[in-house]
Amino acid sequence: MDNLALLLQAPPLALQLVIDGVLIGSVFALAAYGMALVWGVMNIINVCQGEFVMLGGYVALYLARAGLQPLLGVPVAAAALFPVGWLCYRLVIFRIVEQDLFVSLLATFGLGILLSQVMNQVFGANVQSLDPGLGSWFLFQGLVSVSIMKAVACLVTLAIAGLLVLFMRRSRLGQAVRATAQNARAARILGVDTGRIYAFTYALNAAICGAAGALVLMIWTVQPFGGLIFTVRSFMIVILAGLGNLPGVILAALGLGVAEQFVGFILGAQLQIAFVFLALVAILVLRSRWLHRQRRYLA
Amino acid sequence: MTRRTLAKALPPALVALAVLAPFLLPAYKAQLTFLWIMIVFALSWDILGGQTGYNSFGNIVFFGVGVYAAVVVQIGLFHDVAAYTAAAGTETLRFTPQQYFIGLAAGLIAAPLLAVLTALLLGWALLGLRGHYFAIATLGLGIAAGELAAAWPYLGGSSGVQVPVYPGSLESGRLLFYFLAAGLGLATLFALGGLYRTRLGLALNAIRDDEDKAEALGLHTTRYKIIAWCIAAATLGVAGGLVAHIIGFVDPREVAFAGASYGVWMVLMAILGGKGSLWGPVIGAALFHAMRELFWTYLFGWQNVAMGVLIVVVVVFFPTGILGWLRQRKPHWFARALPRAASPEESAP
Repeated sequence: MDNLALLLQAPPLALQLVIDGVLIGSVFALAAYGMALVWGVMNIINVCQGEFVMLGGYVALYLARAGLQPLLGVPVAAAALFPVGWLCYRLVIFRIVEQDLFVSLLATFGLGILLSQVMNQVFGANVQSLDPGLGSWFLFQGLVSVSIMKAVACLVTLAIAGLLVLFMRRSRLGQAVRATAQNARAARILGVDTGRIYAFTYALNAAICGAAGALVLMIWTVQPFGGLIFTVRSFMIVILAGLGNLPGVILAALGLGVAEQFVGFILGAQLQIAFVFLALVAILVLRSRWLHRQRRYLA
Repeated sequence: MTRRTLAKALPPALVALAVLAPFLLPAYKAQLTFLWIMIVFALSWDILGGQTGYNSFGNIVFFGVGVYAAVVVQIGLFHDVAAYTAAAGTETLRFTPQQYFIGLAAGLIAAPLLAVLTALLLGWALLGLRGHYFAIATLGLGIAAGELAAAWPYLGGSSGVQVPVYPGSLESGRLLFYFLAAGLGLATLFALGGLYRTRLGLALNAIRDDEDKAEALGLHTTRYKIIAWCIAAATLGVAGGLVAHIIGFVDPREVAFAGASYGVWMVLMAILGGKGSLWGPVIGAALFHAMRELFWTYLFGWQNVAMGVLIVVVVVFFPTGILGWLRQRKPHWFARALPRAASPEESAP
């Protein structure tokens, strides 16, 4: 609580938290967009989202250690995760696409546990991070510092989001994905190979997560068991924004990033994780109460 | 032998087996103790998950509450808990045997009470949620509880609590906790067997099959769901108190609120055996426990990876479980012996 008093005495600190939160939140938006994509197209809540993010981070880490420029790790991690996602679809996910949502929930949760255990075995349990050495800008006589890497991460996120929107709107593949999301049966009748579209969507999601993971590695940390919290963040953002609402996703992600920074600063980093998971519960309960009053259900 | 005599002979046979097992297989006493705990896990998950169709990933919360309640009550009756946890294991507590057993009994009573209280509060807040939203909310709950416990210095924070040591010989302690665990397992099994035959059991199955219709027929569905969750919480609370003593150490994330291990395993065991039946979770727990021991013995280092593979394989390829598979193959075996097993399409509204 001492930090709360500190915050009131020095308003620029609040600005610092807001800037950090917005820049970190933009990376959340990336993973959340991928989750909304898979959810909307395939009706699967992909619980191993966070594990894909972590895996992307590890790919970027090992490439950087092998001498690759750290920022180039972003597209390379995305490219590396694409076949991983495709493989996951071909081995497991395609069996659960048509099934009850709980089956897919549990199966992707199991896949997440499997991935995190494999990462733990292969990469070790240590928390890893990578500083690309871009330095920081200082404002207010050094009271507020903006890490240039975080700003770059935010810009990269915006660029990826823009590319994705263009791709979904303009390309034939993107149109086929949207058609499948709207009505899979009709799309099949009109000659869309929905199985391939599902595989592509899932792989694209993995690639998006891979790019996000490479960014997370550079502005934060990756660890084998750090995936679930990213899944929960993505889920929360999608719930807040609603499916197929990209501006909403970005807004919710930035809001979550800022809220987390404030909670982490005021209550201590230890309670930040608890806050994320409790916020998930609170959001679900409040939203369902609100819908109940309109005689509707969260479904 | 007809099915009826089999059904009559089964409970006494099981009790006899439970009593004789530690003497027949003295080398496996620890594994057998945990087998009963696993059976309790699977059975208690199945009350809401299988019978009512509300899949919870957060039942581990009640287990963790039980773990901490039992330990804190036992220590707190005769010592200062805050001073003990602040010492972080450097201080050993001295109990007379009488104090130890009074504390143990009080802890094992407090554990289910506190767990049920938690279930009431959480059920009131969460059981209005439907289907997979409930599942995800409970997933968040389990991890949040672990993080909160790890941040609470009174409970020892992330360094955990050392559980008071059993005053007698090692062997008699093991035997005591074996019989407590076996007693809990058998009591849960028989109590649930009776419960599923009452109106409550029918109401829970009605909620699973079609919640809106059940509500239209005048069932207070939320109330029934809360009752079901409270029963699960009570058994898990006692199990938590026992596991604290069996393991001898409480860690907030690895023992008490171990969502990624016990929390997922209880779901997996129920599915493996066949959820929505009485005996399915028992069979699933026994099979799973045996597999787990084999993984630990023969795949050491990769055992957790193997568990991950097992989860995916069971959920994706074997979602109806052993009993569900048998029901499809040999329906006449199940004429009236079991309540209907949930098929995947029916389990969610």
